[in-house]
Order: sequence, then C-alpha cells, then structure tokens
Amino acid sequence: MFALPRNRRAGLASALPGLLLVLGLGSAQALEFNQVQADQSKVSFVSRQMGVPVAGTFAKFSGTLAFDPAQPTLAAARVEIDLAGIDAGSQEANDEVVGKQWLNVKAFPSAQFVATSVEARGDKGYTAVGKLTIKGQTREVRVPFKFRQEGNTGIFDGGFVLKRLDFGIGEGPWSDVSTVADEIEIKFHVVATTAKQ
Amino acid sequence: MTPMPRYTWPAMTAHWLIAALILVALPLGWYMHDLPLSPTKLRLYSYHKWIGVTVLLLFVPRLLIRLRYPPPAPLPAPAWQQRIAALTHGALYLLMAAVPLSGWLMSSAKGFPVVYLGLLPLPDLVARDPVLGDWLKAAHETLSFTLLGLILLHVAAALKHQLIERDVTLWRMLPLSKLRSAQAGKAQFGRK
Repeated sequence: MFALPRNRRAGLASALPGLLLVLGLGSAQALEFNQVQADQSKVSFVSRQMGVPVAGTFAKFSGTLAFDPAQPTLAAARVEIDLAGIDAGSQEANDEVVGKQWLNVKAFPSAQFVATSVEARGDKGYTAVGKLTIKGQTREVRVPFKFRQEGNTGIFDGGFVLKRLDFGIGEGPWSDVSTVADEIEIKFHVVATTAKQ
Repeated sequence: MTPMPRYTWPAMTAHWLIAALILVALPLGWYMHDLPLSPTKLRLYSYHKWIGVTVLLLFVPRLLIRLRYPPPAPLPAPAWQQRIAALTHGALYLLMAAVPLSGWLMSSAKGFPVVYLGLLPLPDLVARDPVLGDWLKAAHETLSFTLLGLILLHVAAALKHQLIERDVTLWRMLPLSKLRSAQAGKAQFGRK
C-alpha cells in the first residue's frame, strides 16, 4: 500500500473511493483472470467416423485472456492453437490430418480465435462471440461456456460444434460426410488465475 | 425308403448364414488392413466390424440350435477321422466367438469404440492402451489365420466325402432334395 505523508491524505480523500475500487477493496468481485495456466488447460475435440466417436486433442496452444466475472461483457480472449501438435486418435490419422486436404499445416500452422464480445446468460453461463480462423478461412462462432471461481483461480469450461467443411477441412474424397461427419465437437477446459495486483 | 437323417433347417440356416458372414469378413479384413488411409478404408473397417459383431451376436443362438437340434449321427468312418472332425468342429465354434471378440477388444484398446451398424455404440471392453492394442491386434490376426486354416480343412474334408467316399456328408448340410437320390448310389447310411 502507499505510504502517504500526513499532509497529503486530506487532498486525496475525494479520490479515495476510486482508488479503493482499483485496488479491489471496494468490490469483492473486481478480479481479472488473465494468467492462463496452459499445463492445467486442455483443448480437445471429437470427430465422428461412420458413427464412431474418435477423440483427439491439441497439445500446444497459447492465448491471452482477460475476464472479470463482475464485468463479463468487457472480457477479451485470444487463443492460438499450434495445429502441428494435433493428436487425431491414431498415428495414421495424425499423418493424414496435417496434410493439404485437411488442415494443411505447412501453409496454415495455427488456428486463431478472437472473442469480439461476451454475453452473460444467467445460470446458463456465458457465450463468447468471436472470429475463428482456420486454413485461411474466418467464420464467426458462438462459444457457450461456464465459469467457476475457486479462490484466485478461474475455470472455464465450454465448447462448440465446428463444421469442418466451412473451413475446407477434409477436401476431395474426404468431403463425404457419411464417412467423417461435418460436425466436430470442440471442447475446452481453461484454467486461469488472477494477476498480482 | 426311409429318408436320410440330415441336419435340420435351423441348423443348416445357422451354418450357412454364419459361414457366409465369415467368408466375407476374412478376406475383407485381410484386404483392408494394409490400405493407405482413405474414406474407403474407414468404410471397409466399419463393414468388417459390423459383420464381426453380427457373427458374435449369432453365436449364442447357434449354440442353442446345436443343443436343441443335434446333428445326425456321424457316418461310418475310421475313429481318427471322426476325432479330427469333432475337434475341428469344436474349434470352429470356439473361434467363431474368439475372433470377433478379439477384434472388439483390439478396437477398444486402440481407442476406437465399436458402433454397430454406425448406430448402436457398444461398450469398450478395455480402456485405451496402445501396448495392449498391439498385442490384441496380433491375437486377432493369429486367431483369424487359424480360423481360415480350419475352414480350409473343413471344406477339404467335405469335398473329400463328396468326391472320394461319395457319401452324403455334404448333402446332409445342403437344403436340397438330392439327398433322397443319393441313397440310391454308393451312399452308406444308417447307424453302425
């Protein structure tokens, strides 16, 4: 805390409420979760092949996040996923999915999501609306998520359904959706802590 | 003339239905497993698993049919032949269940749930485990080759009876009325 010389304190009295707010003393909820703990976070997906759910994950991703549960609509988020780190369920699939007909990782090494707004939806949680860019294509997506707080740690769980053909993921013979479905379920579990004020 | 004892209709149906399924699944499995990844490969794998699960589903009814409608008495033959026949048939029953079961186990261990006909998810028999998955793959392949070998032995024996002994062994398992006229020939029938 600041040590104020005695004769300065009276002059700052009018600024005190604002100062208290900034220091988080005026409101118990004025916390911003912005330190993403990547090792405790996970981004995964499920694709369906002839009805069979095949689980996969992205090993490497990074991002920035600023979320204050008291002011959710001011939240900002940006996620970047390193697509070379994809695990699509088998070595055979991993070799195929980074290729030109799928993610074309050589030309487009990462996927990005930038949240442009967050809506609070009461007990249904929140919905982040933003732009998702994969393989050179950008689409708007709505990402519902739930948030819970444990002390200084915020836990975000959510997901959405990605339509792979919207992004040209799985071209040519792979565009047949009866073999690999168009819908890919993306799920994330992100742990973030508050920064030291 | 008394009609020749033969296999009953339920027994013949069970026999040929399962035989047909196995005779498609075996070459399909052999052909598909070396293919480079493609939508076709995924389809063939699915069809192969659907056939396998169907055979497994038919196993219990097959056994029940055998118990309810026992086969006709064995035709006169040297004891060693009758023993081999009994052992082969027993092994075929065992493999009829073991081969698809090992396939299902392997699929589970490799992290690919089995979804029957693309609609009905079957439980994973084991958790995902790459080492176990490789072992089960070897087991499934070994059991499949053993099944193939026994089927070839089984077919060879049936043809031997048909073409060399010229008895009614094969006729008894065929839903054709030829059985009556086979009696007029060199066929031996009746109990010993």
